[in-house]
Amino acid sequence: MKHLLSTQDLSARNALRLLNVAEEMAAVGQREIKKLPALRGRTVVNLFFEDSTRTRISFEAAAKRLSADVINFAAKGSSVSKGESLKDTAQTLEAMSADAVVIRHPASGAPARLAASGWIDAAVVNAGDGTHEHPTQALLDAFTLRRHWAKLDGTPSAGTTLAGMKVLIVGDVLHSRVARSNVWLLTTLGAEVLLAGPPTLLPVGVGAWPCTVYYNLDDALAQRPDAVMMLRLQAERMNAAFFPSTREYSRRWGFDDGRLALLDTMGLDDTVIMHPGPMNRGLEISSAAADSPRSTVLAQVRNGVSVRMAALYLLLSGDSQDDPQDDQPENQADQPDQLATTPEGRTP
Amino acid sequence: MTTDTTAGSTATPSATEYLILGASILGGDAADLLIRDGLIAVVGPEAADAASRGAVTIDAEGLVALPGMVDLHTHLREPGREDAETVETGSRAAALGGFTAIHAMANSSPVADTAGVVEQVYRLGLASGWVEVRPVGAVTVGLGGQRLAELGAMAESRASVRVFSDDGICVHDPVLMRRALEYVKAFDGVIAQHAQEPRLTEGAQMNEGEVSAVLGLTGWPAVAEESIIARDVLLAQHVGSRLHVCHVSTAGSVEIIRWAKARGIDVTAEVTPHHLLLTDELVRSYDPVYKVNPPLRTSDDVHALRAALADGTIDVVGTDHAPHPSEHKECEWAQAAMGMTGLETALSVVQHAMVETGLLDWEGFARVTSVAPARIGRLEHQGRPLAAGEPANLILVDPAARWTVDPSTMATKGRNSPFRGLELPGSVRATFYAGHPTVLEGRLATPRQAPAASMTGEAPAWNI
Ligand SMILES: [Zn+2]
Repeated sequence: MKHLLSTQDLSARNALRLLNVAEEMAAVGQREIKKLPALRGRTVVNLFFEDSTRTRISFEAAAKRLSADVINFAAKGSSVSKGESLKDTAQTLEAMSADAVVIRHPASGAPARLAASGWIDAAVVNAGDGTHEHPTQALLDAFTLRRHWAKLDGTPSAGTTLAGMKVLIVGDVLHSRVARSNVWLLTTLGAEVLLAGPPTLLPVGVGAWPCTVYYNLDDALAQRPDAVMMLRLQAERMNAAFFPSTREYSRRWGFDDGRLALLDTMGLDDTVIMHPGPMNRGLEISSAAADSPRSTVLAQVRNGVSVRMAALYLLLSGDSQDDPQDDQPENQADQPDQLATTPEGRTP
Repeated sequence: MTTDTTAGSTATPSATEYLILGASILGGDAADLLIRDGLIAVVGPEAADAASRGAVTIDAEGLVALPGMVDLHTHLREPGREDAETVETGSRAAALGGFTAIHAMANSSPVADTAGVVEQVYRLGLASGWVEVRPVGAVTVGLGGQRLAELGAMAESRASVRVFSDDGICVHDPVLMRRALEYVKAFDGVIAQHAQEPRLTEGAQMNEGEVSAVLGLTGWPAVAEESIIARDVLLAQHVGSRLHVCHVSTAGSVEIIRWAKARGIDVTAEVTPHHLLLTDELVRSYDPVYKVNPPLRTSDDVHALRAALADGTIDVVGTDHAPHPSEHKECEWAQAAMGMTGLETALSVVQHAMVETGLLDWEGFARVTSVAPARIGRLEHQGRPLAAGEPANLILVDPAARWTVDPSTMATKGRNSPFRGLELPGSVRATFYAGHPTVLEGRLATPRQAPAASMTGEAPAWNI
């Protein structure tokens, strides 16, 4: 693994390796001295083109626990917003000898572009790009789910998959990078993924995804999911004709007190409720649901640091057990064979 | 191809006769051609006898002779964005690509919406002399979609504009579109529509479908193109006007155009080389060299477009050559400019996608790249048969050549070729523009009006 750009191109082997290393990192977090010397002398740059204090702090804590030097580069409001290009910024970071760049960007594909462009040699970690992916969020979700699944099974978490688990993702899938990353990663790990949301907020083309789609949340809950992941509803969707009103959205798609009670009625004692945060309480999730013992919200935050430590460690420690199929060509477009995806391919 | 200039060829090139030996005419039987005074003087075995002693002999064995290609859709960027392309660099690229005429789209700065601007572009084309440059006039003032531009003044100007387009932007107001279609009937003009329903494509980044769902890029749905085409063919029928649909990109658009033609509606349609070969799978790289408007579609669309070009539902290939400075592509996808270069790869891509697949023969190639576009643009001296007495706008192509696309060596200023690194068939060995070789041995020769040449009054009538 040279970069962590998406979960779609993450093999099961590398995904499990990340989660297993994250378990070891979590164990370090339980010790009195939480710091490891693994990345001493290495530089990790947090390049954030979008405000996200939560994610930045999580990456910062992860890098510091591995003894890396951390540079926070809030591109918003800096020279970048005055027209400096991604290329110029990348070259600046290259000149600063960054070993890893953790990038959050409002444009889908910006981390992939950075990784493939040749502007920079550093490992690139996607910390959320537009409406594309947020791989470390999915990894921490999978980590959380795996611990839950292993505990129910009475087995150790490390090494197990999510085989047999049913995960329901609810809400604005169209604009959600969290949903995309989870769909790929959870299915790679063996889980069955169900999606529920208004048809306006499910992408055209979702039919090709390895999931079952429900337009009705209660129909989806009737499938007896082991976990329900509620997606955040962004404010800017509320006036763009995706749904008539937040009240109607909340009634049809919100995880409210009635649905919380329904889990009990259905005897789904072990079903957990997840949310990537920050939550709109009373909109996509009720306070009672968010604060119930079923909620994994705080565990997700905690696990985020362990997972990000694992990602930085595996990318920077020069680990040689690479899975070749994970390695992307430096620049796909420069490889004529990539054009084999055209209808006639290379046939004359 | 070898050019033999032993027989005392000190004359200026334009004053020289050219004797082409053994070229396969439109891919058929080989014949000799004699080019003299801007015309094809003789075709056949008597050509050699008719040639004067000073004639330059070109051995064209194995080469196919075709009418010079005519592009209805070129962005030359001048005036206003000379950093991206100029009339000079764009027309050099055109000559190398096998074109003898190109239509310069109106979205320059200032917009080509007055007689003054179209005459400026026209004069720049004359001064360059590599190909015939025909300005396209804007349909609306400033491409603003509010008021009709001075269509009649542009038609009557020295540039004799016949093709009008707001390309880059759709004339989406149905009343304005209706009036434009009606108005240009007065001077046999045509409205070339960039079919894109604006509300359905706000913020659109790529084809809406399975790939956009995965990539999280805002979709450009096929229906945004198809709904405008459906409306426009009905408008054209209602007012009895001529409509040209630019860069058709979807299978659904093909069905609508097929239906319209069956009803006798006077519509013509265009497809770009890139839409005949590339699909939205390439966007998975997030490399903006694949960002274009309309976007790359699916392989089902590509196959429908090829079939439509073969059966005549789509009339012409238009390059939509759209050069951009590299900084407009060296950025994240959403920030990047839309468009691809195409003049220097068009012949090879069409050969690859249409000829080598057996969908078109060379005569069919000539139809879609020369005869039909010349007819739509009302260029009476272009796209003509390769016969005695016809204007000598023709090219010699080596169909057996193979080459690897390297944008850094192109004549266009744009480096944004989506075919970079691809091996393609076919090479333009010579281009004759009004009897003058602008390309010889596959390289630029001289423009038609070399400053030293005393050609005053010699230029064919259409350029005076
Ligand atoms: Zn256009």
